[in-house]
Amino acid sequence: MSTYSDLAAEIEAEILTAQDLAALDAVRVSALGKTGRISGLLKTLGALPPEERKATGAAINAVRDQVQAALDARKDVLEAEHLSRRLQSERIDLSLPAAPRARGGVHPTMQVMDEMVAIFAEMGFEVAEGPDIEDDFHNFTALNFPEKHPAREMHDTFFFNPDENGVRKLLRTHTSPVQIRSMIAGKPPFRLIVPGRVFRCDSDQTHTPMFHQIEGLVIDKTAHMGHLKWVFDTFLSRFFETDTVITQFRPHHFPFTEPSAEMDVRYSRNGAEIRIGDGDRWMEILGSGMVHPNVLKACGVDPDEYQGFAFGMGVDRLAMLKYGVPDLRDMFAADTRWLSHYGFSGFSAPNPASGLS
Amino acid sequence: MKFSLSWLKDHLDTDADIQAVAAAMTAAGLEVEDVTDPAAKLTPFTVAKVVEAARHPNADKLQVLQVDTVDGRKEIVCGAPNARAGLTTVYAPIGAYVPGLDVTLVEKPVRGVVSNGMMCSAAELELDGDSDGIMELSDDLAVGTPVSAVFALEPVIDFEVTPNRPDWLGVHGIARDLAATGLGAFKDAPIPPVKGTFPCPITVKVDGDACPLFSGRVIRGVKNGPSPKWLADKLTSIGLKPISALVDITNYLSFDRARPLHVYDVAKLSGSVIEAGLPADTSDFVALDGKTYAVTPDMTTISDASGVIGLGGVMGGASTGVDFETVDVFLESAWFDPIRIAQTGRTTAITSDAQYRFARGVDPEFVVPGLELATQLILDLCGGEASEIVVAGEAPARKPDVAFDPAYVAQLTGLDVPHDKVETILTALGFGVTKTTPWTVSVPSFRRDVDGKADLVEEVARIYGFNHIPATPLPAVAPKNGGVLTPSQARARTARRALAAYGYSEAVTWSFMPQGYAKLFGGGSDALVLANPIASELNCMRPSILPNLLEAAGRNASKGYPGAQLFEIGPVYFGLEPNDQKTVIAALKAPDKARHWAATGQDALFALKSDLLALLEELNVPVASLQLVQGSNSGWWHPGRSARLQLGPKTVLAEFGELHPSVLKAMDLDGAYVGFEIRLDLLPQPKAKSGKSKGALSLSNLMPLTRDFAFLVAAGTASGDLVRAIRGADKGLISEARVFDVYQGQGVPEGQVSLAVEVTLQPADKTLTEPEIDAVSQKIVAAAQKAGAVLRS
Repeated sequence: MSTYSDLAAEIEAEILTAQDLAALDAVRVSALGKTGRISGLLKTLGALPPEERKATGAAINAVRDQVQAALDARKDVLEAEHLSRRLQSERIDLSLPAAPRARGGVHPTMQVMDEMVAIFAEMGFEVAEGPDIEDDFHNFTALNFPEKHPAREMHDTFFFNPDENGVRKLLRTHTSPVQIRSMIAGKPPFRLIVPGRVFRCDSDQTHTPMFHQIEGLVIDKTAHMGHLKWVFDTFLSRFFETDTVITQFRPHHFPFTEPSAEMDVRYSRNGAEIRIGDGDRWMEILGSGMVHPNVLKACGVDPDEYQGFAFGMGVDRLAMLKYGVPDLRDMFAADTRWLSHYGFSGFSAPNPASGLS
Repeated sequence: MKFSLSWLKDHLDTDADIQAVAAAMTAAGLEVEDVTDPAAKLTPFTVAKVVEAARHPNADKLQVLQVDTVDGRKEIVCGAPNARAGLTTVYAPIGAYVPGLDVTLVEKPVRGVVSNGMMCSAAELELDGDSDGIMELSDDLAVGTPVSAVFALEPVIDFEVTPNRPDWLGVHGIARDLAATGLGAFKDAPIPPVKGTFPCPITVKVDGDACPLFSGRVIRGVKNGPSPKWLADKLTSIGLKPISALVDITNYLSFDRARPLHVYDVAKLSGSVIEAGLPADTSDFVALDGKTYAVTPDMTTISDASGVIGLGGVMGGASTGVDFETVDVFLESAWFDPIRIAQTGRTTAITSDAQYRFARGVDPEFVVPGLELATQLILDLCGGEASEIVVAGEAPARKPDVAFDPAYVAQLTGLDVPHDKVETILTALGFGVTKTTPWTVSVPSFRRDVDGKADLVEEVARIYGFNHIPATPLPAVAPKNGGVLTPSQARARTARRALAAYGYSEAVTWSFMPQGYAKLFGGGSDALVLANPIASELNCMRPSILPNLLEAAGRNASKGYPGAQLFEIGPVYFGLEPNDQKTVIAALKAPDKARHWAATGQDALFALKSDLLALLEELNVPVASLQLVQGSNSGWWHPGRSARLQLGPKTVLAEFGELHPSVLKAMDLDGAYVGFEIRLDLLPQPKAKSGKSKGALSLSNLMPLTRDFAFLVAAGTASGDLVRAIRGADKGLISEARVFDVYQGQGVPEGQVSLAVEVTLQPADKTLTEPEIDAVSQKIVAAAQKAGAVLRS
């Protein structure tokens, strides 16, 4: 019997010294292969007397099982070592830069435009649009501008050269012509906003020859200045997303509204940074008023039956105030560093659930 | 315009301080620009007397002064050449902030001698006067007298007046409104006429159009000289320079009563007739400012026998101006056509205080009272004897009465103002109220801006206070099903978000550009050039956004930031009519020289194509049915590296590719700039469906299988055409066909290209048998052959 245990010990020693799976397999073949040492022992069984055969067979099988188990165990060890070496060799430097991906963004003026549309949509306003190139009627006459009003002069308004009939078109100086177009095309009641580009002959630190306005118009049988004030109060607290907006509503003059009002908002300026809500300065942010009866008449709306209000806001200026942009001119310079600093993610579309920006 | 608090108090009996006045003005609709109190910054400065002046031991140009001050005798080092014993001047103690120097005084030795304060010049106190040395004050002044008292400095309000309210261009008119708000009592004493003692030797004539009303009188035997202190101080307080009593009186009434006047030296007039109207003679004219102006036939002029002697209501002439030698004057008070005055102001670029007021329309019924007021002042300050008044023409009629229901105030503003309060306010503002039904309200002559009942509502509301207007919720309307944006607006919004997510930065650029650039991009017609551009490089409406993006990308590169990826969604202009304006989505990628260690950079043009197609997909455009056509793009594209996407030759939705090198060169750019421009208005609308349901989805349980084919085509063949042909070979089975390799070289004949195409077959109802697959393959090869491709053997 001791020969069997010696053989087992000998094979087990070989198994333990096998350094890789190939060597281990060689040991397996030499032990359990067709001509292996244990297979050879089994072949000797046939020559034994029947009464010994059973006990000897059992002993040889035990040796075989023992060797098989040792082989399996060693195989697990060697496989684990092999995997570990492979993984070591597969290491890569993940501190290397990933493929570059430009981070795009939405322009702050356009973000604010979207924000405004979202807020006014909830108040039941629809969105109307009109052309940038206008005529005298829609930009001035229908809006009750007197014949010789200074706004009609070349130093305020961009004009094209007169056509063969002496008619000269112009770049709209406000979004108000769309009020006129909407009222002529439709029937009251109206509740709409008009976002768009507007143009004035002005260029300095706080003025650019082109900027953006949002115009609002509410016409029905009862809309009055109290409603106008509520619309602003609601809009401003929603827009600035703060409880500390301090405003001032004061009389003003526009040809197309009567009575007319402007609204100012409190702000402070610390170096290049603008902060809304506190501070000791007023910034005018919108003009408004009750639509002048002459304007209603020009659009075929009976001022004795219908009334309402209109308002206009500078979108770029509101964007500057809300997001602390110091210089209006930068808004139109398309400097990529500026755009990435002041821009907004494409995914931050304003919505009532997640906020405006 | 400006006024001082004491000036206001000439017309308003009030205890209000300057801040309360400013607040009341704002509430009433006067836009206060600035409130300054010049006395405030002069608080530390007082009168002092130099007792002794000795040479500084260590500096030739300095003196060491012994000065009697409010703080006792002080030793002060001074460099002013006029510092001397006995001089009465201004003392600033240590710790005082000197506004003109922007420093706070600290005690420190000057060349070894400690100076215990400072002697001040006018400039250092920001006062008018000589700055060659320290101030020289009257010796009568006691040591310690505050400097603000010496110069009668007082708080001043600077404000803007809206063009509808010329009556606010005089302090009197402002006082009327402030009194109506309850700030004080309005002082509106009647103006007693000055009886003339002799007939006016000068006759006046008007044309009744350019000048409807002209009045005047001669005052003889005046003695012109400097104005008395009260008048000079008043003018100085609002930044006007006193000239002579006669001129100062006219300036004073301009600001006090919004009543500009003019005085002529009678000795310098030719003839005895003064005519106001359009000029008979349009030779050049030398005005009081010494400049020569060309007289045009549409200007209102004042003429005597010598010709034009004044631009009526704008500026008088040099030839007839008064001076200290003047003895007899002709005093003019008139009403000129505001529109002509405004035009003359623009033509001549004269912005005088008179022009400003006449252009806005002064009170036509104050022409003669203003003349009387000025006469009395001249008699008081310059002596003399007044003639009778001569008047030609008549004042324009008042605005008609307004029928007014006081309930209209609440209807238009939501303000619940008691009717008697409405009456009080209107009356205080000068309106006449007769309580018929509805009320009849008469409009005062100085309120030519009031035409109707809405104007009266404004008067009541602003005086009652806009702060009382109750914020009232708008009646709720149900949110519109499907949102408020039009399909096109919604698409622009989606495009903006998508492009930002794809890595493009949104720019907003001018609607105008240089005409030369516009011409490079198919526009630039003279009709679209502005008559008065802000700058020559912004003179033409843009036919495309790409030039602006190119310019911006170039600007970024020149600052050291190449590789800009920009987009803009905005208007382009093909003509002047509303329908000629179209919205486009434009994107641009500038060449990027950045290197990457893995060097896996995708080809920029195909990356852009991928973004373009993804965007169109996002906008619900049926991308699969678009035709990609190469070789017929607009001229600003690289002919070999650009293409268009179209539904048919007349509906080109987008062009994309590399910009033409010559166009880039003309714009001073270099490199492979790639971009696209999409016409938002031409994108087909998704087919109208009833409801929002996406429809049932039917998925095959059978595995799709792929087969690869290699075809030889002539070089220059569009692979897209081959793929399209293959897809059409068996629409029921072929779900996809895609080029996965393009090869030219060994094994491929010269002038040909090998295109490898992977075709995916999606069986619908049963697994395909080999013969069926072979049959499809043959159809594919046949279709490819029709498209000019040969199966590679």
